[in-house]
Amino acid sequence: MNEPGNSAPSTDSVPPPPRPSSSALAVAGRELWRAPFSAKVGLLIIATYIFVALFAPVIAPYGESEIVGPQFDVWSEDHPLGTDHLGRDMLSRLIYGARNTVGIALLTTLFAFLLGGTCGILAATLGGWMDQLLSRTVDVLMAIPALIFAMLLLTIFGTSIINLILIIGVLDATRVFRIARAVSLNVVVMDFIESARLRGEGLAWITMREVLPNIMPPLVAEFGLRFCFVFLTISALSFLGLGIQPPTADWGSMVRDTSTLITYGDITPLLPAAAIAILTIGVNFVVDWFLHKTSGLKDEH
Amino acid sequence: MLIQRLSLGLLTLFVVSVIIFLAVGMLPGDAAQAMLGQAATEETVAALRARMGLDQPAPVRYFHWLMGILQGDFGQSIANGREISELIGGRFANTIFLAVFAAVISVPLALLLGILAALYRNSIYDRTVNVVTLSSISTPEFFVAYILILFISVQWGLFPSLANVGPTTPFLERLDKTFLPALTLTLVVVAHMMRMTRAAIINLLASPYIEMANLKGISKRKIITHHALPNAWAPIINVIVLNLAYLIVGVVVVEVVFVYPGLGQLLVDSVQRRDLPVVQACCLIFAATYVLLNLTADILSILTNPRLLHPK
Amino acid sequence: MSESQGELLLEMKGLRIEGYSDEQWHQIVKGVDLTLHRGEVLGLIGESGAGKSTIGIAAMGYAKPGCRINGGTIKFDGMELTTMSESKKRKLRGARIAYVAQSAAASFNPAHKLIDQFAETVVEHGKGSREQAYADAKELYARIKMPDPDRIGFRYPHQVSGGQLQRAMTAMALSCRPDLIIFDEPTTALDVTTQIEVLVTIRDIVEQFNTAAIYITHDLAVVAQMADRIMVLRYGETVEEADTRKMLSAPEKDYTKSLWAVRSFRKEDEAPAAEPTPLVKVENVTATYARGLVPVLRGVDFEIHRGHTVAVVGESGSGKSTTARVITGLLPPQEGKVYYDGQELPADYHKRCKDQLRQAQMIYQMADTAVNPRHRIRDIIGRPLSFYLGMEGDARERRLRELMEMIELQPDQFLDRLPGELSGGQKQRICIARALAAEPTFIICDEVTSALDQLVAEGILRLLDHLQRDLNLAYMFITHDLATVRAIADEVIVMLQGQIVEQGPKDDIFTPPHHEYTDLLLSSVPEMDPDWMDRVVNERREKGGLGAAGN
Repeated sequence: MNEPGNSAPSTDSVPPPPRPSSSALAVAGRELWRAPFSAKVGLLIIATYIFVALFAPVIAPYGESEIVGPQFDVWSEDHPLGTDHLGRDMLSRLIYGARNTVGIALLTTLFAFLLGGTCGILAATLGGWMDQLLSRTVDVLMAIPALIFAMLLLTIFGTSIINLILIIGVLDATRVFRIARAVSLNVVVMDFIESARLRGEGLAWITMREVLPNIMPPLVAEFGLRFCFVFLTISALSFLGLGIQPPTADWGSMVRDTSTLITYGDITPLLPAAAIAILTIGVNFVVDWFLHKTSGLKDEH
Repeated sequence: MLIQRLSLGLLTLFVVSVIIFLAVGMLPGDAAQAMLGQAATEETVAALRARMGLDQPAPVRYFHWLMGILQGDFGQSIANGREISELIGGRFANTIFLAVFAAVISVPLALLLGILAALYRNSIYDRTVNVVTLSSISTPEFFVAYILILFISVQWGLFPSLANVGPTTPFLERLDKTFLPALTLTLVVVAHMMRMTRAAIINLLASPYIEMANLKGISKRKIITHHALPNAWAPIINVIVLNLAYLIVGVVVVEVVFVYPGLGQLLVDSVQRRDLPVVQACCLIFAATYVLLNLTADILSILTNPRLLHPK
Repeated sequence: MSESQGELLLEMKGLRIEGYSDEQWHQIVKGVDLTLHRGEVLGLIGESGAGKSTIGIAAMGYAKPGCRINGGTIKFDGMELTTMSESKKRKLRGARIAYVAQSAAASFNPAHKLIDQFAETVVEHGKGSREQAYADAKELYARIKMPDPDRIGFRYPHQVSGGQLQRAMTAMALSCRPDLIIFDEPTTALDVTTQIEVLVTIRDIVEQFNTAAIYITHDLAVVAQMADRIMVLRYGETVEEADTRKMLSAPEKDYTKSLWAVRSFRKEDEAPAAEPTPLVKVENVTATYARGLVPVLRGVDFEIHRGHTVAVVGESGSGKSTTARVITGLLPPQEGKVYYDGQELPADYHKRCKDQLRQAQMIYQMADTAVNPRHRIRDIIGRPLSFYLGMEGDARERRLRELMEMIELQPDQFLDRLPGELSGGQKQRICIARALAAEPTFIICDEVTSALDQLVAEGILRLLDHLQRDLNLAYMFITHDLATVRAIADEVIVMLQGQIVEQGPKDDIFTPPHHEYTDLLLSSVPEMDPDWMDRVVNERREKGGLGAAGN
């Protein structure tokens, strides 16, 4: 490749090192094995929650809103965690809660990502007035604290599950928008985007094929963080009586319904609260590990 | 720059007030209908509507509403017909008291822990703190609150679990009663604040001028005080104010747990009763505080930026 | 430069330094010996990854974060640095060994005045009071001919230009009159006309104070001016070491010879005779940024003919890249037109048809960011094939392989790789292949070799030259490097502040008389001759030019 007479070997002629022959699955396995302890715990927690949510009807000893005993019954053989203020089995409701609370939070987060992520990438790619319009709208929405704004909107529209998902989803989409736009902007200024534009590529190709693959790692990490945030917000709203409504079993409202027990030194109300905390801790551990692996954003609030 | 940010802040406040005003307009029916209920006759509703000025066009109503608020008149509660400003006054003071109480403990604590974690990066201390704060961030406020109640109040009887203060409660008793809510807020907010402080300091210590100071043989202590700190104000102020804003929001749940007569408690009650004027007023106050805090953060970081302090 | 052999000041033996990345330690410096005498200047030269900066900074007993010294000895004035306590090393740093960094703008603390950062070292090491340091700083600023030496120190770093900042940093290094100064690529980030001023400052200071120095650079011509002795490094090992004049005239090792030969490449063939219609015609273009507020191009007017290479030269901010943006349609001009093959091109690239877009391709400076890191080489080069030419399946595969052969890379070894697995030069070749895939007639090359090591860069130039001959391509070659212009251009356009100051055939531009600015530009480019700088300084003094070095 070099002209004869140029004796120095140029690095250009050196082929890249052979690729590791192992499959993607093996690589994933190895990464998992090498993951820090906290990440393994996190993964285990997430797996357990998924299992419980999927098989709730099989695992739970009683129905979700079935009244099966006296009010505030103590822990016993029939009711391992006692009963709640209406006489429903705590354990069963805790198990169904995995399905409802986590499911709704997950749906909300997905909706937020679909909305916020799409708008964020579009704003970054299109720029100009479109970017200005979307960014300023988001600025205004974010100027009001999310929980407060959510309460205002829930008062107006009512506290149905679909309203909950839409309202929290839209409000949370503002955060997703910010991060998606920011990471996309880093990609959009790259020469390969300019190159694609000058080639005459359309918006769909540029966003889906050029930008999206490059912002996936930070977006995946952000999904974990946003999920935690949404999950905590919904739980807080439910705890305040403004979120998921009875008789649906939900951890936030279960804490509220049984909270009086705490003054008698009974730890029952702490159980659903702990269920919330453990899942978010698990997700955060995994996200933290993922962020270090992809070494992109660190310590995002 | 400064003027620009200030006017942007005012504009934001204006837009936020418009949104809160308009949001209520999306309600089926209107406030007069809601106040009188479904049973009321058309005439009485129309009469009330006229008395409340609801028959006027939206911009006029907005103008009256805003003028009223600027003079401290938030209108009346639908639920009990009382003046909202009366309902809010003492409660807002209570909320601020609780937030300040929590901030006084948490800000110095978080900064100290955060700076230490950054200076001893990747040490056992840093890694432990990382796991602990990560867990703490992941925990709902009410979980922390009930654990504190269970141990500190119920089992050990150190502090009361009910923060039922009144306007005449003496200061020391007030501190005693609000200790647990303040501690709850502190625990939640310290984790956030120290992680952000750590990240900001680490970012700063990686700058070439810190390496240059090292290569000039400047002592470690002096590098921190003389080279890192003057540039750290902006990020640190940012961290503090963001978290104060967070406190304002976090206070809602904590007030409910401890039955503390603050603005958050009032907001939650009013939302449940669908007492819109009160909800509107509470939201506006929370939002305004939040916007003003963020504005303060930005202005302070502009003021401490050497590049902007000494223009070309 | 004094040739007198002073006493031994610094001695490294079998120095080994390793760095941590990808979860393991890699050897960066693999057993290097180095000696330096008082008053002597040693040039460390090598391509990226040679470990020259790491060695330089190790002379202060310092390893960058993530690196550690894992073998060998470093003796400074009889003291062993590798085993010395951190607090003792701090007493040496700044006082007896000083450091001048590549980016002065980033290495000055934005929160303090220049003179305070100067005085800080003096006070810290107990070499004098703040007042004494101030007085000394002013005197030094005057001596290196900074403008307004009594007051410039009281400015903040962002209030001073890049070249002045770099000279202020050199003055700062001198604040405690150290025995040794490490210069770590101090002029790499500067324009050539600024570079020569900084070089003159550095050399004067080193001579006047008889300070020993280690001068780190990748630029041979620069090191030829600065160093008494040169050490060539590669992959963390010494290739050879000799006195500057001997090293320049008679290098022994093949690697050194090849480095020396890099600048000898010259385009051989004459360009074909110009056709009557120019391929690209830029007519009286005026362009602005920020909605007409910032003028960037004024009355730019030139032609590019089929098969010709037009080099556009200028320093940063001269408007040379903006001209490319106007031609590609990224920045529609305020006035003026762009013609392709006699036909007017729509100003905005959105309005150009696929075929117009296809004809003009672009190759960028940073090959890293010019290819999507998530796409395989096959997709990167294949996209223009299917997009413009509708090639699919076997036809596309065949063409892919042809293109890979054209850029001299093995198709089987590269087609299924991601860009991250390739070296810088290989990535640049991929960019060339992508441009060729569109079957263009005109390619804009924007500083395509400036981010590459010289040997690799030369390979790219040779490739481009040979492709031009085979495919009758027209190039617009944007560069700040006059050596590249000499190597590859047929015609040259010199730009300054958005205007063309001179244009014409290469030989005309390079032979006097020149336009005043062209002259400054040409005379500022360091040459391999060790006496070059003295000569230029004398010439300019006669004309009264360099005396007022500064902006």
